[in-house]
Amino acid sequence: MHHIIIGAGPTGVVAAETLRKLDAGSRITIIGDEPEAPYSRMAIPYLLIDQIDASGTHLRKGDGHYANHNIEVRQDRVTRVQSERKSVSLQSGADVSYDKLLIATGSRSVSPPVPGIDSPGVHACWTLQDARDIMQRAQAGARVVLMGAGFIGSIILEALATRGTDLTVVEMEDRMVPRMMNAVAGGLIKAWCENKGVKVLTSTQVEVIDAGQPLTVRLNNGNALAADLVIAATGVQPNVDFLEGSGIRTDYGVLVDTQLATSATDVYAAGDVAQGLDFSTGQYTVQAIQPTAADHGRIVASNMAGRTQTHRGNLNMNVLDTLGLVSSSFGAWMGVEGGDSAELLDAARFRYLNLQFEDDRLVGASSLGLTEHVGVIRGLIQTRVRLREWKQKLMQDPTRIMEAYLANTLAIGHNAGVV
Amino acid sequence: MLRALKLEPEKCTGCLQCEMACSYENEGVFNPAKSRIKVFTFHQEGRFAPYTCTQCEEAWCLHSCPVEAIVINADTGAKEVLDNVCVGCKVCTIACPFGTVNYNQDSGKVMKCDLCGGDPWCAKACPTGAITYVDVDNTGLDRMRAWAQQSPARPASHVEPRPKEIATYSRAQ
Ligand SMILES: Cc1cc2nc3c(=O)[nH]c(=O)nc-3n(C[C@H](O)[C@H](O)[C@H](O)COP(=O)(O)OP(=O)(O)OC[C@H]3O[C@@H](n4cnc5c(N)ncnc54)[C@H](O)[C@@H]3O)c2cc1C
Ligand code: SF4
Ligand code: SF4
Repeated sequence: MHHIIIGAGPTGVVAAETLRKLDAGSRITIIGDEPEAPYSRMAIPYLLIDQIDASGTHLRKGDGHYANHNIEVRQDRVTRVQSERKSVSLQSGADVSYDKLLIATGSRSVSPPVPGIDSPGVHACWTLQDARDIMQRAQAGARVVLMGAGFIGSIILEALATRGTDLTVVEMEDRMVPRMMNAVAGGLIKAWCENKGVKVLTSTQVEVIDAGQPLTVRLNNGNALAADLVIAATGVQPNVDFLEGSGIRTDYGVLVDTQLATSATDVYAAGDVAQGLDFSTGQYTVQAIQPTAADHGRIVASNMAGRTQTHRGNLNMNVLDTLGLVSSSFGAWMGVEGGDSAELLDAARFRYLNLQFEDDRLVGASSLGLTEHVGVIRGLIQTRVRLREWKQKLMQDPTRIMEAYLANTLAIGHNAGVV
Repeated sequence: MLRALKLEPEKCTGCLQCEMACSYENEGVFNPAKSRIKVFTFHQEGRFAPYTCTQCEEAWCLHSCPVEAIVINADTGAKEVLDNVCVGCKVCTIACPFGTVNYNQDSGKVMKCDLCGGDPWCAKACPTGAITYVDVDNTGLDRMRAWAQQSPARPASHVEPRPKEIATYSRAQ
């Protein structure tokens, strides 16, 4: 049995290791096109502030990890998939045949349609190579313009500010992390960042970038910013282009069912490239987050090894640290129709907690300044536990999420029959 | 034989000895806020519930970690955070559905129960037997053992941990 995995990111590596456990005698090949040991994009912000070196971004640390697990890692690019013949074509020329194929090619950052976006000194922040390019220019005092204050933009914001750069963030929408936070919380994150010396321009667009040293970034409000470095973090897109003509159905990402199988026999897809089931909405979407990549990797491997495991949908969730202000969001944080919500706001201390209910179940949440037991929000949402009288208690004091979980899942008090 | 923490809320009186012992032994301070075990209070019922990581089989925290900073201790089965590898990204804190990994803003790393290497202080400190360290029955353990055998080797070399400093550009310069 030959398993081929395209893509050496977290999804590919987790899947390969899980396959090795479940299908000890199989041959496993990971084909990845980046000129690096398999690494984690998520670690890039910490590389940018020299907290780790490049080896600290590697997904697995021990020497010979892949060889020890009898996993072959090849550096090459898959240019075509022939699903009828069950083979893939490599850029280096060869064709390799598979019994089961996993597409784990992730997403890539896409440049916004701005004239001058290809000028020297304009970079994405998606790969290790991008990080190295950014570190060259993002010296202390350098003028940096960060385009996009979405999740990825906001994640690297801290690293850029911590490098001592003179940072300006330009976001098209009316607040920071608009797909993760409502206006109240997004507004507080902006105020926090501004207090720390970062300029944040919301409802503002970059219209043109003029090449030069420095670059000139022209905004739709008539102003222009001089910049030594421009970082474009305005959006990503699944790597599906090489599947054209393969017969494997794609939409935005690769279409998969609840076993993460694609439309082609023995071909699977997982992680940032897969349009998988969303726990909250029941829709198939590309979530492009690490926990989903890891969960997909394990489930898909189980199915490839013949142990059917159904994907029940991943919860979309994020945790973010913007210069010391920790924020998180889960599931239907914006609420559902006919649902109730509880909100706790302490703007002076930058604390916020918003819970969203459907009936007496928790379906979403967002928070600022919450670092204790935050994962239980995932537990409450994904177990669909009925909160019963605890819903009312949470409406009065949303911080009691952990008690609500314990009271409804452990034998304490009433449900233990002791009170 | 692997052992696990057994938590019996009905025996807990809310004295917080476990939190004190845990924070002192693991963080060097008597400070319940730094404890990896936490006693939750149910005022109305006058009840208490000690709670911490169950070293669950699924180990969501471990699998979500982008840099392999959570590993399984082959002797105890505990999922342990390697402080010198953890970058403080906090993904594990939202991935654990039991809410038992917490971010420590002072160190810039996460904290979770590691069973104190096989001799948990909370169990020793508990005066009422609400926390005991007992043999796990065999069901469900086999998979965990299989896991332990596969646990990744310790990393070769790493940059020493250092507290997170946030110093940004100041325009007055
Ligand atoms: C700076 C940054 C910070 C992030 N922070 C967070 C965070 O805090 N929390 C979070 O949840 N997520 C975060 N993410 C997102 C997270 O990194 C991704 O969800 C995760 O990497 C997805 O893993 P993957 O294996 O599916 O894809 P990838 O990691 O993208 O790996 C796919 C690999 O496949 C390769 N490939 C593509 N096409 C081919 C081909 N045809 N042939 C061969 N190889 C190919 C790609 O080059 C890549 O190496 C962050 C991302 C970035 C960039
Ligand atoms: S911290 Fe949570 S996910 Fe990790 S082992 Fe403990 S209970 Fe499981
Ligand atoms: S906070 Fe540390 S242990 Fe947790 S996922 Fe991130 S790097 Fe791993």
